[in-house]
Amino acid sequence: MIELDIAIKNKCYANSPSVVLKEVEFNVEPGEFVAIIGPSGSGKTTLLNMLSGLEDSTAQTILCNGKPINGFKEVQLGYIFQQPRLMPWLTVQENIQLVLTNPEDIKIKQLLAQVGLAGKENYYPKQLSGGMQKRVAIARAFAVNPELILLDEPFNSLDAPTATKLRQLLVELCKIRKSTVILVTHDLSEAICLADRIIFMSDSPSSLIHQCNVDLPKPRVESGCDELAWQAKLIQQYPNILSGSLISISDCSTA
Amino acid sequence: MSTWQFVAWLVNSSDFPSLLTVMESFHYHFFEGEMIVNLTVTLTRVLISFTIAMILGVVIGILMGISKRLNQLSDTLLIIVLNIPALVTILLCYIWFGLVESAAIMAVVINKVPTVVVMIREGARVVDEDLLNVAKVYKLSWSKTFFSVFLPQLYPYIMASARAGLSLIWKIVLVVELLGRSDGVGFALNTLFQFFDIAGILAYTFAFISIVLVIENIIFRPLDTLIARGIHHDRT
Repeated sequence: MIELDIAIKNKCYANSPSVVLKEVEFNVEPGEFVAIIGPSGSGKTTLLNMLSGLEDSTAQTILCNGKPINGFKEVQLGYIFQQPRLMPWLTVQENIQLVLTNPEDIKIKQLLAQVGLAGKENYYPKQLSGGMQKRVAIARAFAVNPELILLDEPFNSLDAPTATKLRQLLVELCKIRKSTVILVTHDLSEAICLADRIIFMSDSPSSLIHQCNVDLPKPRVESGCDELAWQAKLIQQYPNILSGSLISISDCSTA
Repeated sequence: MSTWQFVAWLVNSSDFPSLLTVMESFHYHFFEGEMIVNLTVTLTRVLISFTIAMILGVVIGILMGISKRLNQLSDTLLIIVLNIPALVTILLCYIWFGLVESAAIMAVVINKVPTVVVMIREGARVVDEDLLNVAKVYKLSWSKTFFSVFLPQLYPYIMASARAGLSLIWKIVLVVELLGRSDGVGFALNTLFQFFDIAGILAYTFAFISIVLVIENIIFRPLDTLIARGIHHDRT
């Protein structure tokens, strides 16, 4: 399992002098599910792109199990983007086969059955709904047996029931695979529902301003009493979090 | 066809032969003349120059599309070559390299490559970076990224330039044959022109168009279907 130590200072956008990540420092325990919350444009996606190697991170400190990493070349990574990013000219099965070095039809079929797409192997992405395409993207991410999964607001364009189903699916798959997960979202209820810990980022140039453990038993449901109480408290405390005046994590813990 | 036949009957001149006369001429040239030989020779030239032009054009187009520096360096040259009249290239190739087969092929290729480059370059410029990032994140090999992620995005551009290219190459090959070869459809048309054999010219044109339609139906349309897979589907 993957343990991460991240320390990013004064990270600029590519081809731009403006700083997007001023000071972001946190660690992720092996098998932990961390959610990162922040306003739009606070550099959440940039952070994930640095972790995945899509953005340059050579001047920053990102340690994986204590060793510096270079675009996670040695670590098997699963990335679920905001859009499914499936190859339109490939079928569902071919899209998954594409990322595998030794594609096994049986394994792919099992995975597709797990995400509720049994029998859709030969469909093209355009023939599937948005939710189904997201399922394929999830299947693709888990097909590589990822040690680390990065999720960039994966359910934000979906209707609520579909998003809820996919969150449950994600939790189940993460539980089975025991992967370390970093989720970027601006949806507080989603973060409470999924994460072991929530990290708050400020507006751009962003810094890590607060983090709190979600001490609720899993599986969680968005409409659960405890979850809603947590959400209400966090929303109440959100201005304090943004202003930096919230001192203790327990300030937002439920009874 | 009936209009043609009617107008030909009305005009009643050897300059505007009837459809029947053209068909008779076609029958004669096809079975007794050298139409098959000439068509084969021309088709071979078209095929060779088309293949070379497409391979060179696609490679150069991709390189110019992905490399800003190379594009800046070669853009002026491309515009110059693109605007040189086909006739000038053909004449220069014949003068410099002699009236040989390789000069003919080279003249056609030089005329065609720039148009392929322009189309492919535009395609390579708008390749979806998001899909390439998927390949990068999942650590796909260079060849897998190129052939499974990058190149499929260029297929519509390759098809468009192939279609436009084939029609252009046909025309240039005929000029090349007319100017400096002793066989092929261009040479035959020149001979027919010397005798004012309009029916013969139209018979060759008919053969030509038939071949183009066959190529369209057995090569381009199936390729179109293959390329469009997954793109034009309705949601189930």
